[in-house]
This record gives sequence, C-alpha cells and structure tokens, in this order.
Amino acid sequence: MNASWSKAVISGIGELKPERKTDGINTMDLLMKVSAQAAQDAGLEPGEIDGLLVGPQVGETPQHVPATVAEYFGMQPVMSNVVDLGGASGPGMIWRAAAAIEMGMCETVLCVLGNHRNPVSPRSPNRNPAREFDTPFGASGANTSYALLMQAHMAKYGCTPEDYATIAAGARANAQLNPMAIFHGKPADVDDILASPMVTSPLHLLEIVMPVAGGEAVIVTTPEKAKRSAHRPVLLLGAGEKITHRAVSQAPSLTSGPLKPSIARALQQAAMDVSDIGFLSLYDCYTIMVAATIEDAGLCKPGAFGQWLRDNDGMGSDARQPINTHGGQLGFGQPDLAGGMTHVVEAVRQLRGTAGGRQIENCETALVTGNGATMSEAVALILGGAS
Amino acid sequence: MTASLQELSVPGPTVTALTEPFWEAVKSGRLMIQHCDSCERSVFYPRAICPHCWVDALTWTEASGRGKLKSFSQVWKPGHPGWIPATPYLVGLVELSEGPTMLSHILTEGAQVAVGDALHFAPTQIGDRILPCFKMG
Repeated sequence: MNASWSKAVISGIGELKPERKTDGINTMDLLMKVSAQAAQDAGLEPGEIDGLLVGPQVGETPQHVPATVAEYFGMQPVMSNVVDLGGASGPGMIWRAAAAIEMGMCETVLCVLGNHRNPVSPRSPNRNPAREFDTPFGASGANTSYALLMQAHMAKYGCTPEDYATIAAGARANAQLNPMAIFHGKPADVDDILASPMVTSPLHLLEIVMPVAGGEAVIVTTPEKAKRSAHRPVLLLGAGEKITHRAVSQAPSLTSGPLKPSIARALQQAAMDVSDIGFLSLYDCYTIMVAATIEDAGLCKPGAFGQWLRDNDGMGSDARQPINTHGGQLGFGQPDLAGGMTHVVEAVRQLRGTAGGRQIENCETALVTGNGATMSEAVALILGGAS
Repeated sequence: MTASLQELSVPGPTVTALTEPFWEAVKSGRLMIQHCDSCERSVFYPRAICPHCWVDALTWTEASGRGKLKSFSQVWKPGHPGWIPATPYLVGLVELSEGPTMLSHILTEGAQVAVGDALHFAPTQIGDRILPCFKMG
C-alpha cells in the first residue's frame, strides 16, 4: 500500500512540564493550556483549527469526548474523533490527521493528549477478557505483561540484565540535558538501575516509567497554513500501524511485536533504510520495549540490541543514531497517554533544530514509534525536515 | 509466600453466561476449552464463534491439562494491593498442549523455573474461588 503525504505538515507543538501530582487541577485545563501553546507555535488563531483528535477517557469524560473538549476550548471542528491506541495514540493521531487533510475533511488538526494526576487513582473499570482471565491470577497492570515479554526475550536470546539496564541509564543521561524532564538533575547509571528494587522479575523499578501529569499537543496542517509558523516545516514521509492483540497471553510472539511490520511499511513509504534515519524517537514504557524495537526496526538481528547499543556509542545526541534525546519516557516521565506524543514532539524539535543543548547535528529524518497495551498496538512514523 | 492463597482478598473472574461452563468445570477439577468443529483448532479464552474461521461451530472439550511455560515473572509489587500478602509469587504464560496460551498462577513449590518447563493443571483456591492454576512437572 502506497501513500503520499504531500498535503500535511506538522507546524506546531506544545508540551507541559511533567508533574508528579496535580491536586485540584482538571485534565481539561491542562489540555487547553498545551493546545494554546501548540496553536501559538504554529502561528494560528483558535478559529483556524477545524479538526480535533483527542484520547479516550479524558479526565472524567468517558463519552462524547471530542464534543466535551471542543466546547471547553470554544472550538467547532468539522472533523473530530477519539484515537484509542494506548501509547500509540499520539503517533496514531498524526497520520490520521494527515489522512483527513489529504482527503479534504479539514485543513488544520489539533492532536492533543494529557492527564492530571491525583494521589489515588481509581481502579480500572475494565470488564473485558483480560480482566476475567489475567487479573484473577495476580497479573493486573502493565508491569507483569512487560516482565513476561522481557523474560521470554532474555530466555530466547540470553541478553543480560546489564544490556536492558543500559537503556534506562541512557535515558537518564539524556534527561540531564532536558530541564523539562522529571529526572533532570537525577542521573542513574547501570549499577543504580540494577540496584533498584525488583518490581516483577526481571523488571527493576528504574526500568519502568514514572507516571506523571502532563500534556502534549501537535498541530498538523496544510503546507500553505504551515508557512504561518516561524519554524521549519516537518513533513510526514511514511507511516505504518498494526494491532495484534490486547492481553499478553494472546500475543502471536513474545519477542517481536507489531512495530516490526509498521516500521517496515513506514520506511517503504519514505523509500528509506532504517540505518539512514538521523534520530530514533522510540517508545519506551519499559527497557524491554526499546530493546524489542531496535530489533524489530532491523537495526540489528534479534537478540543483538545490547551489542548494537555499544556500537552505537549509547543513546545521546552524539551517538551514531541518537535515541530519545528528551530522556525518553524513562527519563522525562510518562504523562499518561501523552507519553507517546513526547516522542513526536522531540522529533519535531530535532528536525527544526530547536533542541538546544541536546540538538543532533544536521538532523534531517526521524523514526517515531508508538506502542500500546502489551506490545500490541503499534504506530511508526517517518518524519523529515522540509528542504 | 507469607500468606495462604485462600486468605487473599483479590479480584475474581468477571464471569459471563458464555464463560460460565469454563469456570464451573474448573470448580469440579476439569479444564474445559473450546474446539472448533469447522477448522479443528482449539480456542482459549472462550468465544461466541471461532476467532480463527468465524464459523459458529465451537464445542466444549476437556483439555489434557498439560502445557509448557512460555514465560514467567516473579511478582514482588502486585498491580492489585490484595495480592501483597502473597508476594513474591509467580505468574506465567502456559501454552496448552492443544495450542492456545493462557495466563495463570504458577505454584512452584520452591522449585526453580525456566522457560520451556512442563506444567500441569492444578485447580487451586485463591480467595474464595477455585482458579485454573498450574504446577511444575
């Protein structure tokens, strides 16, 4: 399947500083704040935004989410929807926005995700098969699912705990160059990661993202409207998506996920080889997710991510192929479903050349991945700076 | 393990009319899964029609109860606080000899476990319910 994305451009971004707690602040306030940032960054008036993509369960709003958000924002969109792909929702929004623009459904789409964080979160209201056939055995929550994926990966390929911990340490090192990151000023090396408490083997505490409040917004628009932004336009060069399952027990493979075909399709559309990509903005809810993605992207053979990272000279902006320069979610914090969008926002900064002290030299292309549920919802984007 | 599984106050299965035969069978010590008479594949968890061929030809059949461990995790910090008294405990992915995989609670009885180990069905009371757990061997 071929696609050209010549009519859609990313022209605006917004990001809130992650916070551990937001007592008394509601999600709608956060979403509106970050959306206003993105609109301003794009040089657009609120009335010019005629498309709206939001996540599911925004704050306390389970239904009529786009209408509720639009009304609060004072918008009257001609195209709106919920994108419900877990951590892949952000990247999933970008190519849906581009497709809507390409098809003439609307001209300018606001893609926004975020959440507040109160001290006590309510228990999940899920009444689906995972709730019936996983939870009763003591396996509720994402941690156990990713631990099962990691154990299977370790058993199959013999990778060491140090290999995986290198990813968390690399994320922390990158976070030291991002004042917005929740772990800015709090470095952790491989020994620190492995000394942190075992949460669910083989996952240590510091291999797991820190949940935070926050928000991320991106404006996708036409090349014409993108001229209103002061920044270099960022183009969508390719996209791929796949969903394979929901519960980890139903995964077709425990060591390779739907990102593999998604990335392959995105690269094919962009007519690029993964080794040519300038910046790897890889979804990192857990260390194992980055390991599996490096392998699924074809950067190395399965099981060889550890050696590949060493050959890559780590993950920093001076690495051969820099990874997650904003700190990733492991270093930045995971603002709920907006966590996946942090990878889009950082890619846009790198391609614009506005990443400050962590700017990659001559960054022209980026691979952005999103991942949801149990390595089961995948979106891959290839982004490029306009020439 | 510091507390017996029977003493736990943890979420039980959310049984539906469709899945009730599975849970009823577990209570009487049998592992029943669905078999598709059209495509001849086994199905777990229970469905209304076959997820492989979409034909309405599923029948309940007793599984062998044999399986192997595809992966496992020793849980120290459970997702649900009701499980804290039982930590650390083992959950695993059990590939049944009939084909499908189910997540279950693995009773190791102190043994070391490894991916690929053989397992057998061991219905066990957790809280006030009998659940389809597995033992080594």
